Amino acid sequence: MGMGVEIRDRIAKRAAEEIKNGMIVNLGIGIPSLVPNHLPDGTKVMFHAENGITGMGPSPGKGKEDENLCNAGGFPVSVVKGASYCDSTIAFGMIRRGRVDMTILGSLQVSEKGDLANWIVPGKKVPGMGGAMELAQKAKKVIVLMNQTDKYGNSKIVNECSLPLTSARCVDMIITEMAVFQITNRGLTLTELFAPHSIHAVRAKTGCNFTIAGNVRVIN
Amino acid sequence: MENTYNKILEIDEAMKHFRDGMIIMFGGFGGIGTPPALIDGILDNGFKDLTLIGNDSGFPHIGIGKVVSQGRAKKMIASHIGSNPIAGQLMTDGKMEVEFSPQGILAERIRAGGVGIPAILSDIGLDNDIVTSNKETCNLSGKKYLVETALTAEISIVFAKKADPYGNLIYDKSARNTNPLVAMAGDMTIAEVEEIVPLGSLDPDEIITPGVFVDYIVPSKGVNWKWAWE
Repeated sequence: MGMGVEIRDRIAKRAAEEIKNGMIVNLGIGIPSLVPNHLPDGTKVMFHAENGITGMGPSPGKGKEDENLCNAGGFPVSVVKGASYCDSTIAFGMIRRGRVDMTILGSLQVSEKGDLANWIVPGKKVPGMGGAMELAQKAKKVIVLMNQTDKYGNSKIVNECSLPLTSARCVDMIITEMAVFQITNRGLTLTELFAPHSIHAVRAKTGCNFTIAGNVRVIN
Repeated sequence: MENTYNKILEIDEAMKHFRDGMIIMFGGFGGIGTPPALIDGILDNGFKDLTLIGNDSGFPHIGIGKVVSQGRAKKMIASHIGSNPIAGQLMTDGKMEVEFSPQGILAERIRAGGVGIPAILSDIGLDNDIVTSNKETCNLSGKKYLVETALTAEISIVFAKKADPYGNLIYDKSARNTNPLVAMAGDMTIAEVEEIVPLGSLDPDEIITPGVFVDYIVPSKGVNWKWAWE
């Protein structure tokens, strides 16, 4: 993502506010992986990884890596007190059974109804769905962190996704470098703005209509 | 080590069970938990036209990715090939067929194969044409489900931390991942292990894969590829 470190951190910091004590949270790769850096000290959260870790901790630092202790992206992590390992069916059992409170992931497009498209660009990019379908469909809350626009300047928030869907009507919240949106049965609502962006500027870079919350919080 | 059950083999003997065109299931997730010596054995012996079943296609030089990158697979059944751009290229060029399955459902299909269940019912990806393609659906208590068929293989290859001569296995941390499932789903299962310990030295309570599922054990020299993070 062509986004500066400060902006990535600002998005991750806002996402971290959504994590409450006692939650089980799954993080995607990219900006979502920065979220733990912004949690208040002492927050009791178990990070879940699809490859079979519950209670994932931060990267162990150079020279202390264990090649058999990695996150779902294949990068070294540590574990916190109370952590456990399991096989892939159990890791996904936790997701499908509704035990994962929240997933924070990236996306290519999100529609105003909360449709998520993040697994394939036909003819160009064929990564595969990995665990995204199960997470999107079954995690209690789905938060998408992404750029407001793609590298061509097209809005990634759209009326209807043009890319194949990962899952329909599953996204609850979108955080971009410009704003925070909530998605409910009533549609897309802008609830927060990142300074110095204006509602006008956000409208110009959003591919669908949205309503504006009664009192919009501005994050500096 | 006493080879009480005649399961312990050197790699060359193990490779005699492989042939071109075989359906091979492999353990591992992003290369972590994929057996390095068995992968090299497949490469060194030139086996080709393989059907590979496993979580993902590794990285180009890591895990099953080494086999994929050399064009040895005609088909893959996996959930993800994004970390191996060569796999994507082979798929786009029509040189390797890829069947995608949602990750946890893929794991359950392998588990089902391993425990003798013909199929499972799933509600994952019901609105996705690629997931539903060529699959039957059924109605149960007024809800629609996909029939996801079980997966088995002619040979399963897994990587474990320790085995005893009976083939009882324990795994190392997140290198467990799909290995216990894959170990059950092969008509023949070969486990590459970091350490072979005497019978009776593993606590029966800690064993993850009972040796019943393991036909052969091959000693490992450990991972011989460079990880993406190194």
